Amino acid sequence: MSVTIDPAPVVVADSLRKRAAAEIKAQRRERLAVLRHKPAFLVGLFVTMFWLLCALFGTSIAPQNPDSLDIGHKLQGPTAAHWFGLDQLGRDVFSRVIVGTRVILFIALGATILGSVLGTIVGLVAGYFKGMVDDVLMRIADVFMAMPVIVFSLLVIAITQSRSLLVVMFIIGIVYTPIIARTVRATVLGESELDYVAAARLRTEKTPHILFVEILPNILPPLLVEFTVRLGYAIFAVATLSFLGAGVAIDSPDWGSQVAAHYKYLSGLNWSATVFPAAAIATLAIGVNLMVDGLVEVFER
Amino acid sequence: MKRFLLRRILLAFVTLFLLTVLVFFATHMLPGNVGQRILGPLADRDAIKQLNHELGTDKPIPTQYVSWLSHTARGDLGKSLAYDVPVTDKIRPALGYSARLAMLAFILVVPLSILGGVGAALKRGKLLDRIVTVGGLSAAVVPEFVWAVFFILIFGVKLKWLPVSAVPPDGASIITQYKHLLLPALCLVMVLFGYIARITRAGVVESLDADYTRTAQLKGLSPRKVIGRHVLRNALLPTIAVVATQLGYLIGGLVAVELVFNYPGFGQLLLGSVQKLDFPVLQSAILISGAFYVVTTFLADLVFTLLNPRIRSGVLG
Repeated sequence: MSVTIDPAPVVVADSLRKRAAAEIKAQRRERLAVLRHKPAFLVGLFVTMFWLLCALFGTSIAPQNPDSLDIGHKLQGPTAAHWFGLDQLGRDVFSRVIVGTRVILFIALGATILGSVLGTIVGLVAGYFKGMVDDVLMRIADVFMAMPVIVFSLLVIAITQSRSLLVVMFIIGIVYTPIIARTVRATVLGESELDYVAAARLRTEKTPHILFVEILPNILPPLLVEFTVRLGYAIFAVATLSFLGAGVAIDSPDWGSQVAAHYKYLSGLNWSATVFPAAAIATLAIGVNLMVDGLVEVFER
Repeated sequence: MKRFLLRRILLAFVTLFLLTVLVFFATHMLPGNVGQRILGPLADRDAIKQLNHELGTDKPIPTQYVSWLSHTARGDLGKSLAYDVPVTDKIRPALGYSARLAMLAFILVVPLSILGGVGAALKRGKLLDRIVTVGGLSAAVVPEFVWAVFFILIFGVKLKWLPVSAVPPDGASIITQYKHLLLPALCLVMVLFGYIARITRAGVVESLDADYTRTAQLKGLSPRKVIGRHVLRNALLPTIAVVATQLGYLIGGLVAVELVFNYPGFGQLLLGSVQKLDFPVLQSAILISGAFYVVTTFLADLVFTLLNPRIRSGVLG
C-alpha cells in the first residue's frame, strides 16, 4: 500500500501565503497614502532629511573651515560673510552649526540602535522564559529606570572621567535597554501564548530560533514604533548632556557645547552664537518628533 | 488589592536597595583611592594612609558598603569632600530651592495642560486639537535649556519684562522672588505641557465615547453636566498618574534649567558634585532622586490600581 499525498492542501497553503503577502502590501500602501496627507509628518520628514544631509555632507557644505580662528572679530554679529556671526574665538558659527549636526544625530542614532538591540534581546528572553529569569531582569530594569537619563549619565561620566561623546552614546543606549525591553517583553508575553510558538516548540526548534526567527518578526511593528519614539528622546538627552558638558571633547562643534560656551553673552555682547545652535537643536528635535508622531499614529491603528 | 499593594511596596524597596548597591559600587570602581583623590597626586603617602584610615576607606568594600548603608538609612549622609560640611547641610537648602521652582512650574502647567487637553478632546480634529497635540508635542521635545535661551532673549533682553537670573536681590519681596523664578519655571512648563495635555485628551476622548456618557446624555443631562460629572471625573485619573510620573523625571530638567539661570537648587548641586568629584554628595543626590522617583511611580501605580477594577478585585497582579 502506498501513501499518496493529496496536492490540494499544498495549493491552498500557497494561495493563503500569496493572499497574506498581498494584504501586507496593500496595508503598506494604505499607510503611505495616509502619511502623504499629513502636513505635520511631511514637515517633520523634510526637516529631518535636511539635517540628515548636513550630517552626511557637513564638511563639504560648510562655507568656511569650522576651526579657523579670527580673534580680531570674535563675537561679531551676523554679516554677509558670516551669516550666523562669529563665536568667542572668532570661528564661523554657520559652519560650526552645519558640521555639528553629525555629532548629535549620529550619537542619538547610535544610542537608539544600541538600546533597541540590547532591549530586544532582554525583552525576548524575559517575556519568553517568564518566572525567575523575568523577575530578575525586570528588577534590574527597575533600578535603571529609577534614575533619570541625565542623572545616570552624570554618574557614569563622573566615574569614567571620559571626554568622548561615544561614552554618552553607550550610556543612553544602556539607559534605553530596560525601557525597550519592557515594551518587547509585554508583546512577547502575548505572542508566546500563540499557536505558532507552540508549533515551533513541537517541531523541537532551538530556543534562539523560536525567539529570533519565529517571534521577532511578529513584534517588529511595536518595536519600530518604540525605536522612533526613543530616537526623539535621544536627541533631547544628547543635546542636554552636551550642554552640561558631560563627555564632550574640548572644542567639539556640537550644538549643545556651542550653546553652553556662549549663553552668558546673551544679555548684551552677542546673541547669534547662542541662538543659532539652539534653534538647530529645536528644529531637529521637532522635525524628528513630528515624523515619529505621524508614523506612530499610522502604525498603531 | 491588599496583596497587590504589598507586592508593589516590596518591589519599591527592592528597587531602592539595588539602587544603593549600584550607586555605592559604581562610585567605588574608580581608579586610585579616596585619600589620594582628596589630597592630590603629590600628597605624602603616610598622610594618604592616615586619611583613608580616618574615612574608613581602607576597609574591604563590602564592609564599607554595610557601614555606609546603615549610616544612610539613619539619615547620616556623610561629609562633603569639596566643602567639608555634612552632606545634609548642602542638600537640604538645595532641595528647598528646587522644590519652590518645581512647585511654581506645576502650579502653572497642571491647570493649563488639563484645560488644553479637555479643549482638544472636545474639539477633536479641529484647529484647537491640532495646536494642543502637535504644538504640545513640539514644545515637549525641545530641551529645557533651549527654551531658556529663547526666553532669556525674548522676555529678558529684548522686551525686558522678566529678570534673567533666578536669584533675586537680597531682601526682595515674595512677588519679586517669584518673578525671578518665572522664566526658569516656564522652561519646565514647555516640556511638561505636551505630555500632560495628551494624556488628558486621551482620557476625555475615551470617556466621551463610553456607554455611561451616552446614558447620561440620554437621561437628558445638559452637556455641561455630562462633562463635569461624568466625563471629567473619569478622565482625570490618568492625568493625575502622569503628573506623578513627570514629577519623578523632573530632576533631569532641573539640572539644565538651574545651570542656565544660576539657581542654587538640587540640580546645580548634583552637577557640581560631578564636576568636583564630590562622591558623598553625588551618591546622596542620586539616592534621593531615585527614592523620589520610586515614590512618585508608586503613587502613579496606586492611582491606576484604584482605577482598574480588574486589579482592584484581585483578578490581576
